[in-house]
Amino acid sequence: MATRQKEMDAKIPAGPLAEKWSRYKATCRLVSFNNKKKLDIIVVGTGLAGSAAAASFAEGGYHVKSFCFQDSARRAHSVAAQGGVNAAKNYQNDGDSIYRMFYDTIKGGDFRAREANVYRLAECSANLIDQAVAQGVPFGREYGGYLANRSFGGVQVRRTFYARGQTGQQLLMGAYASLIRQVNLGKVKLYPRHEMLELVVIDGKARGIITRNLETGEIERHGAHAVVLATGGFGKIFYLSTLAMGCNGSAIWRAHKKGAYMASPSWTQIHPTSLPQSGEHQSKLTLMSESLRNDGRIWVPKKAGEERQPNDIPEEDRDYYLERKYPSFGNLAPRDISSRAAKERIDAGNGVGPLKNAVYLDFKDAIKEYGMDVIKQRYGNLFRMYEKITGVNAYLEPMKISPAAHFSMGGLWVDYELGTTIPGLYALGECNFSDHGANRLGANSLLQACVDGYFIIPYTIGNYLADDIKTGSIDTGHPAFAEAEKAATDMLNRLTGINGSKTADYYHKKLGKLLWDYCGVSRSEKGLKTAIEAIQSLRKSFREDLKVPGTPAEVNSELEKAGRVADYLELGELMCHDALTRHESCGAHFREEYRTEEGEALRDDENFAFISCWGYNGDGRAPTLHKEHLNFEDVKLISRDYK
Amino acid sequence: MKLYLKIWRQLNPDADGKLVDYELNGVEEDMSFLEMLDYLNEKLITKDEMPVEFDHDCREGICGTCGLFINGRAHGPLAGTTTCQLHMRSFADGDTIYIEPFRGGAFQVIRDLKVDRSSMDRILQAGGFISTSVGDAPEANTTPITHAEAESAFDSAACIGCGACVATCKNGSAALFTAAKIAHLAKLPQGKPEAKQRVVNMVTQMDQEGFGHCSNTHACQVECPQEISVANIDRMNWEYNRARLLK
Repeated sequence: MATRQKEMDAKIPAGPLAEKWSRYKATCRLVSFNNKKKLDIIVVGTGLAGSAAAASFAEGGYHVKSFCFQDSARRAHSVAAQGGVNAAKNYQNDGDSIYRMFYDTIKGGDFRAREANVYRLAECSANLIDQAVAQGVPFGREYGGYLANRSFGGVQVRRTFYARGQTGQQLLMGAYASLIRQVNLGKVKLYPRHEMLELVVIDGKARGIITRNLETGEIERHGAHAVVLATGGFGKIFYLSTLAMGCNGSAIWRAHKKGAYMASPSWTQIHPTSLPQSGEHQSKLTLMSESLRNDGRIWVPKKAGEERQPNDIPEEDRDYYLERKYPSFGNLAPRDISSRAAKERIDAGNGVGPLKNAVYLDFKDAIKEYGMDVIKQRYGNLFRMYEKITGVNAYLEPMKISPAAHFSMGGLWVDYELGTTIPGLYALGECNFSDHGANRLGANSLLQACVDGYFIIPYTIGNYLADDIKTGSIDTGHPAFAEAEKAATDMLNRLTGINGSKTADYYHKKLGKLLWDYCGVSRSEKGLKTAIEAIQSLRKSFREDLKVPGTPAEVNSELEKAGRVADYLELGELMCHDALTRHESCGAHFREEYRTEEGEALRDDENFAFISCWGYNGDGRAPTLHKEHLNFEDVKLISRDYK
Repeated sequence: MKLYLKIWRQLNPDADGKLVDYELNGVEEDMSFLEMLDYLNEKLITKDEMPVEFDHDCREGICGTCGLFINGRAHGPLAGTTTCQLHMRSFADGDTIYIEPFRGGAFQVIRDLKVDRSSMDRILQAGGFISTSVGDAPEANTTPITHAEAESAFDSAACIGCGACVATCKNGSAALFTAAKIAHLAKLPQGKPEAKQRVVNMVTQMDQEGFGHCSNTHACQVECPQEISVANIDRMNWEYNRARLLK
C-alpha cells in the first residue's frame, strides 16, 4: 500500500534564528535525575556521535547499552578522519563568528540544508573544543601554549582545530575515554562485535533491537525506552571508497523498512584527492589529505592516450585544467567541482596511470619555489604514506590521484530534535541527513558528530522520555520482539541457504561500479534508468545465486558481508531513484541535463528547495516522496561561482 | 607471482589449531597483504572451503583492527607499518609466508587469525580517562599548554591499540600500550589530578588480565606501527613509583 505524500514537519522552534536553540533548551521537558535511572537507552555505533551520546546519557543518569560491530568501541571509523574540526572560536581574530560559520556551511551545502540546524551546529562548535581539551585531546598548539588553527576549503577564516593528521583518532579517543569512564562506573554496558539486525517497534514506538553476536552467532533481544542510531555513512556502497570495510547502511536501512524515512540518499561527497584504483582486487581507496592541493598543481596530458612518462611531458603538452577552468580558485576549487573536472578529463581519455583512471598532482614547481626541505616539512608524512602504498617517490615524479566516494550527506531524515519518523528512534552523525546540505565542507563532519552526541541529543531525548517515566522496563518477551527475531533469523537462513556460486563481494563490486558510473560524480536520466534496471536484475541474481559458506551459528564474516550487500542492493536503487527525481544540479548532485551554458551546476530554487524524504512501501514497490520545504529566512540564495 | 602460504587455522578458542598450506597463483605486487587474503578467500569459497577469518577494518593504518604475525614478525617486515598497509611488493615470487594470529597470554584466538584483545580495553576502562562530564569544561585557552608538551602528549596518544607490542613481547607484556595512555594523560595538566590513582588502577588491571611483565627488551618499540617510544614505559614506572611511594 503506497503511503500518501505529505509535507514534513521539522519541529523548528519559533523565534529569531540566534535564539531558537536557547529557547528550546529553556522550555523543553526534562527528566529528573531520579527518574533517569528508570530509563534505558540503546545506542548503536561507537564513533564520535555514538560514544558522545552514550557517555552523555550515562553522565546524566540513564542506563545505556552501547553496541558496535568492531572488536572495540575505539575502532569506529571516526578514527580515520585526518584534517580537523571546525569551531567558531575566533582565536585568530580574523572576523569569525557563529553567524559567519553558519553562512559558510549553508552556502557550502549549496542551500539545501535547514537554517536552524546549521546555526545550532555553529553555535555549539566552540563548546566542543572546550570539551575535547578537558578530555585530554592533544590539539596542535602555538609556542605560547594557546590552540593553533589552520584554514580549510570554502572559507576565508582560520577556524579548524587539528591534532596533526589524526584529528579523528584523537577526538574519538576523547569520546571513548568519556564512554569507558561510564563503563567503569557501571552506567554503560558495551557490546562490541555485535551487529544490529532489526529494530523492534511496539505500538508505533522504537523499543529495542535484535542483534547478532559476531563472535558466537547468537541472536539477542535488547529492549530500551529509546533507540539511538549513530551508525555512520554508507559510502562503502560504492565498494571502492575511502571508508572502512565494515562501514554499512544496514542499521538505517532496516529502520527505514520499519518506517523511518530516508532523506536525499543520493547526495554522496566524492573526494577529489584519493589514490586511484590500481587493480581489480583492490578493496579500498586511501584518502590523501586535501591540504596537498595548497602546493600541488593538478594536470593531465593534453593528448588523449598519451604514452610518455609524466616527467617527459613538456609544459606545452600539459593541461592544468583546474587553473584553466577556475582561474580564481585554481587547484583549491571545492571538492564537488574538482572531482567533476577530474572525471570529465578522465572520461575524455586524458586520464593517466595503468588504468587511465587518474590525474597528476605535481609538486615540481612547489619544490622549485620553496625547496625540498619546506615541502618535506609540510607534507612529509603524506609523501611517506603515498610511497608505502604505491611504491612511488612523489618528490621525483607527480602523484596520481583520483576521485573517490567519501561521505554521505544523505541519510535518515531527522527533525530539529534529531528524531526520525518513528517516535523514540533517533539518528545522529553521518547516518542522518541534517546539516551539510548537498555538499559538506571539510572539517565539519567531526563537528556534527560530536555536537549531535554531546550537546543536542541529551536535551532532545529528555523531551521524549519525559512521557516514559512510568512505563517500567521494556519486556523483551513481547510478541514484537519474537516477530523481529524471527525476521532476523529468517533473513540469515535465507542468505546461507541459497548456496549459489557467487560471493557477496562479487555483487558488491558490481553494484559499486553501477553506482559509480551512473549515480556518482555526474548523473543523467538515461544513466539512472539504466542503473535502476541493472540493480534490479543484480538483486534478483543475488537472491538466486549468492554463496555464503558456513552457518549463522558461528563466526562468519561472509554472512556479515552478505547481509550488508543485501541492504546495499536495495538502498542503491533508492539512491538512483532519488537522483532521478531531482531535476536540478546542487552540490554533489550534478545532473547532466541541468547545467549552465558553461557546463556548471544549475540549481532550481523555485522547484527544488526541498529535502526529498522517502517512505518505504515494500519490496519492489516504488517509494513515496514526502517533501520538507526549506524556508530561508536569514540568508539570500545565490549561486556558487568559483570561476 | 606465486606464493606458498602457511596459515594458522583454528576453529574456536578451545580447538587445536595448525598451520595449513595453500598455494596461491596470480598475486599482484600492488595488492595489499589483506587484499591477498581476500583473493585467497574468494578462491576457497568457490572451492567450497571455509575462508580464513581475520580482523580488519579501515585498511589505512589507523583503526588498529588488523594484526597478523607474518614470518615471525608482528605486522610483517616493514617498520612503522600496519598489516593493512603492507603490500605484496615486499615479497618475491615463490616466497613461503607464515601467517599467524597475534598471540599473548591475555589474547585468545576466536577463529583462525581473529583474536580477542578485549583485555586491552579493560586496562583502559580501569583508568584511561579524565573524569570530566559534558558541561563542566572551562574555556579551552584558559590553560596554556606549551607546544612541546602538546606534541609530546600527542606522541604517546598516537597509539592505535593494535596489540603488536603484546604479540611481539617474549613475556606477552602490555607495558607499552598501557604506558602510552598513562603518559599521554600524565603529560597534560588536565590529566594530573588523577595521575596517581590512574597509574595504579591501570597497572593492577594489566596484571589481572594475565599480561606478562616488562623485561626491557624493547622489541615492542621495534614492531610498533606508530613507533611509540619505550620512554613511555619509563614514564609509567616513574608515575607508578611516585604513586606508591609518595602517598
